[in-house]
Amino acid sequence: MTRILDTFQAYLEITAAWVLALLWISPLVYAFWAAFHPGAYAVNFTLGAPLTLDNFAEALSRAPFLRYAVNTVVLVTLILSCQLLLCTLAAYAFARFDFPGRQVVFALVLIQLMITPEILIVENYVTLSRFRLVDTITGIGLPYMASAFGIFLLRQAFKSTPRELEDAARLEGCGTLGVMWRVYVPLARPTYLAYALVSVSHHWNNFLWPLIITNSVETRPLTVGLGIFGAPESGVNWSIVSAATLLSVAPLLIAFLLFQRQFVQSFMYAGIK
Amino acid sequence: MRQKMHLTVMGLLLTVCLMAGTAAAKQTELTMYYPVAVGGPLTQVIDGMVDEFMAENPGIKVNAIYAGNYNDARIKALAALKSGRPAQLSVLFSIDIYELIEQDAIVAFDDVVQTAEEKAWLDSFHPTLMENGKTGGKTWGIPFQRSTIVMYYNKDLFKQAGLDPEQPPATWDEMVSMGKQLTASDRWGIMIPSTGYPYWMFGALAMQNGQVLMNGDGNATYFDHPAVIEALQFWKDLGGKHGVMPAGTIEWGTLRQNFLEGKTAMMWHSTGNLTAVKDNADFDFGVAMLPASKRRGTPTGGGNFYIFKQTAPDERRAAMQLIKFMTGPENSARWSMKTGYMGVSPAAYNTEALKDYVSEFPYAAVARDQLDYATAELSTYQTGRIRKTLDDAIQAALTGAKAPEAALKEAQGVADRLLKPYR
Amino acid sequence: MLLPRKNHVHAWLLLMPAAILLIAFTHYPTVTTVVKSLFSKGTAIRPSRFTGLDNYGMMMADPVFWKVLGNNLWFALGTIPTSIALAILMALFVNRALPGRSLVRMAYFTPTILPMIAVANIWLFFYTPDIGLIDQILTGVGLSGHNWLGDPATVLPAVMVMTIWKEAGFFMIFYLAAMQNIPPELKEAARLEGAGRWTYFFRVMFPLLMPTTLFVFINAVLNSFKLVDHLFVLTKGGPDNASNLLLYYIFETAFSYFETHYAAALTVVLLLLLAGMALGQFFILDKRVHYR
Repeated sequence: MTRILDTFQAYLEITAAWVLALLWISPLVYAFWAAFHPGAYAVNFTLGAPLTLDNFAEALSRAPFLRYAVNTVVLVTLILSCQLLLCTLAAYAFARFDFPGRQVVFALVLIQLMITPEILIVENYVTLSRFRLVDTITGIGLPYMASAFGIFLLRQAFKSTPRELEDAARLEGCGTLGVMWRVYVPLARPTYLAYALVSVSHHWNNFLWPLIITNSVETRPLTVGLGIFGAPESGVNWSIVSAATLLSVAPLLIAFLLFQRQFVQSFMYAGIK
Repeated sequence: MRQKMHLTVMGLLLTVCLMAGTAAAKQTELTMYYPVAVGGPLTQVIDGMVDEFMAENPGIKVNAIYAGNYNDARIKALAALKSGRPAQLSVLFSIDIYELIEQDAIVAFDDVVQTAEEKAWLDSFHPTLMENGKTGGKTWGIPFQRSTIVMYYNKDLFKQAGLDPEQPPATWDEMVSMGKQLTASDRWGIMIPSTGYPYWMFGALAMQNGQVLMNGDGNATYFDHPAVIEALQFWKDLGGKHGVMPAGTIEWGTLRQNFLEGKTAMMWHSTGNLTAVKDNADFDFGVAMLPASKRRGTPTGGGNFYIFKQTAPDERRAAMQLIKFMTGPENSARWSMKTGYMGVSPAAYNTEALKDYVSEFPYAAVARDQLDYATAELSTYQTGRIRKTLDDAIQAALTGAKAPEAALKEAQGVADRLLKPYR
Repeated sequence: MLLPRKNHVHAWLLLMPAAILLIAFTHYPTVTTVVKSLFSKGTAIRPSRFTGLDNYGMMMADPVFWKVLGNNLWFALGTIPTSIALAILMALFVNRALPGRSLVRMAYFTPTILPMIAVANIWLFFYTPDIGLIDQILTGVGLSGHNWLGDPATVLPAVMVMTIWKEAGFFMIFYLAAMQNIPPELKEAARLEGAGRWTYFFRVMFPLLMPTTLFVFINAVLNSFKLVDHLFVLTKGGPDNASNLLLYYIFETAFSYFETHYAAALTVVLLLLLAGMALGQFFILDKRVHYR
C-alpha cells in the first residue's frame, strides 16, 4: 500500500516538475511560434501553419539589430574588463593590506550593494552630461565599473589564498603587483569566471539606465533598441517583435545552452560567496 | 514634373542667395533631431528628402538624428541644450511648445523669416494644424508629422449585422445603437483606446460635446466643465450601461490587432495607422470622421518643427530653409502617401500626386476633411504632469475607481494648482 | 596576518581607481540627491531656489506618491514569498532523480538570462484581452476572458506573476547549491529516526537553508524596488497608476515631467527605504541566522 502511494507520489512530483517547466518555458516557446510563422498566425494557433523567415528579415530591415548587437558586445566587454581590473586591485588592497580606516572604507564600498546605479539615475545623468558622456558607450558603463559585488567576491577569494604561496613568490623577488598577478589572480580563477558570467548576463539584459543615457543608434544596446522597437505606441506586431526578441537574446541564449553547467555553477558560486 | 523643375530652380536660386549671404566658402552644418524610433520606412523617406535638400543647397549640410519616440527626442534635445552642443532644429511633439518656451529653448519663426514670401509661407498651412504651434501671437512650431483621430470600421461586420456599410455612425446615439447591433458574444461594437494617449481620445469626445479642454495661452484647463464631465460619462457608459465596449481600459498598442482580428467592429485610432490597417486587413474596411454629439470634433496630434535658440543667425536661416523645403506641397504630399500622416497645407492636397492618390484611396482624405472640425491637442505649461493627471482621471473613471465628475474635479484642482504661477 | 603598515600608500593606490568611480557614481550623487530635494524646479525662465522641505510637503499631498508606495509594498509582499517558495520547490524537484532533469532545470533557469524588456511584449500577448493566450484558453474551456491589464484589480497581480516567473528560477540556483552542500548522512539519520519527508524538510533542511533564504530574501527585496523594466512595455504604470512602482514614478517625474527636484525627493524616500532594509538585515535577521 505505502509502495503504491510512494510511486503515485513520485509520479505526481514528476508531473508537477514538468508542468512547472513547461509553464516557465512557454513565453520562449511562444516567441519561437510567432517568429517563425506569418503574421496572421501570431494570435491563431493552427498546427499546419506555414513556416517563414520573413519576420526576421523584416525585423532586421526595420531596425539595425546588428549594430545594436555590436554595441552590446562592446559595452559588455568594456564593463567586464574594467570591472575585473578595478575590482582586482581594490579587493587585493582590502584582502592583504592593513591600513587605517580599512573597515570604514570597506563599509562605504558595500553601500553600493544596496544603492545601485539604477536608483541614482537622475544625478548620474547630470554627472555624465557634465563630462559630455551622455550617449556614449563609456557613459553607459562608467557607473558600473567599480562594482562592490566584484570587490566583495574577489576579496573573499584572495583571503582564502594560502599565505605561504605569497611568501614563496616574494622570496623569488616579486613585488606587490607581481604577487597579485602571479599568485592571487590565478588561484581565484573560479571566482573570476563566476563573476564574469553574472556580470555579462546582467549587463546584457540591463535596460533602464542605458535607456536614459543613450539616444542614438550608434550607442544603443540591444535591450534599448528592442524596447523602442517593441514599444506599443506604434501598434504591436507580435511576429516581428518576437523575431526581434529572438535575435536579441540569441547570443546569450546559445551561450547558455552550450555552457549551461558553467552558467548555473557560476551563479551558484557567486551566490554562496 | 514641372513643379519639380520649378522647385529645383527655386532651390538653386535660394542656394545662390544663401551662399552669397554666408560669405561663399563657409558651409552651414545643421543637426536635426527626428522622433522616429528606428530605421526603416519613415527614416528612408526623411533621408531621401534631406539628401535632395542638400543636393539643391550645397552650402548646407544636414545630419538627421533619429532619436526614438517623442519623449526620447525631447529629452535628448533639452539635454543637448544644457550640455552646450545643441541641435539646430528638431521635430518634437506639437504640444511640447510651452515646455520649450519655458526652457527658453526655441525661437519664434516670426523672428527668422525675412522676405514677404517667407512670411506668407507661415500662413500657408491648415489653420487648425497651427493652433498647437502658435501662442502669444507668435508662431513657434511648423506642422509636419501630423495626424487626427478617425474611426476605422469593419464593413464585413456591418453587413453581417444588417447595417449599411456605407453609413458609419455620424452621431453618438447612432454609434451606440449600431454598436449594440454589432456586439456579439465574441466581438465588441467599438473600442476607444484608453492607454497611451487617453487625453487625446478624450479631447475628441469633449470637443464633440461642445467644450475644448484648455485655453489658447496654455494656462487654464476646463476639465470640470459640465460638458466635459458628460463626455467622460458617455465614454464610461459605452463599456458599462451600453455594453458595446469592454469595461476597463483598452490598450492603445494592441487595439489595431484586435480590429484586424475582427474582435471589434469599430475603433478610434490615429490616422497614422491607416497604412498598416490597409496592408493587413483581410476584410473590407472603412474610415470615417468621428461622430458628433453637439458637433463633430477631434484634436490634431503629432509633431512640429522647432528651431532652437542656441543657433547662429545663418544656422537659423538654413534651418528655416530646410523646414520650408520639407513642408512644401510636394514633399508634404509624398510624406502623407508614404506614412498616412496628413498633408499639412491645402496646397499639398492640390498636388497631382496626392490628388491621384486620394481619388484611388478616398480614405486618405478623411483626416483632411475632418480638419474643419478639429482643435488643438491638449497642451499647457507643465504639460507632462497635467496630461498625466488627466490620463489618470480618465482611467480612474473608466475602471470604475472614481466617478467621472469626482475624477475630473480632482484633476482640475491639480491643474489649477500647477498653472497658477502662469496666469 | 596582514602586510605591515608601511604599505599604506600601496593600498590607497590600489583602491584609488575603484574609489573614484564609487564616489562619483554612488556617494556623491547620494549627497547631491538629498541637497537637490530641498530646491524647487528650475527652468530658464524661473530659476531654481531653496525651498526647504516644500518638495516633501508636496510629496505628502501627492496621491500618486502614496499609491506607488503602497503598490511597491504590495508588489514586494506578492512577489517575494511566492518566488522564494517556488524556488525551493524547483530546487527540490531538480535536486533528485527526475527524468529529463537537466531540461527541467534549464527551463526554470532560462528566464534569468532573458531581458525583462524583451519578454514583456510576449507577456503582453498573454494578457491581451480577447485575442491573448490566456483569454483564448479561457474561452476555449468555456470561461469568459478578462481585461487583465485594463482592470486595476488584476493589473498589479498580472505584473507580479511575470516578476515571479523571472525571479523564481534565479533564486532556485542558490537553493540548489545549498542543498547540494547538505551532507547526505543527515537525511540517512533522519530516516533512521523515522522522520517523514516533510519532517525532514521542515526540521532539518529548511533551517540549514536559512543563510540562503536570507541572501535570496535581500536580493528579492532589492529587486522589488529596482526592477521596473517590464512596466515600460506592459502597462506604463496604468491604469490610473494601479501598477505604478516607485522607481518608475521617479523616472517619469524626472524624464517626462522634468521635475528633477521632486524626483530627487522621491529618490530620497527610496534611499531611506533601502537603508532601512539594510539596517533591518544587520540588526534583526542577522541575529537569528547563523552564518558560515
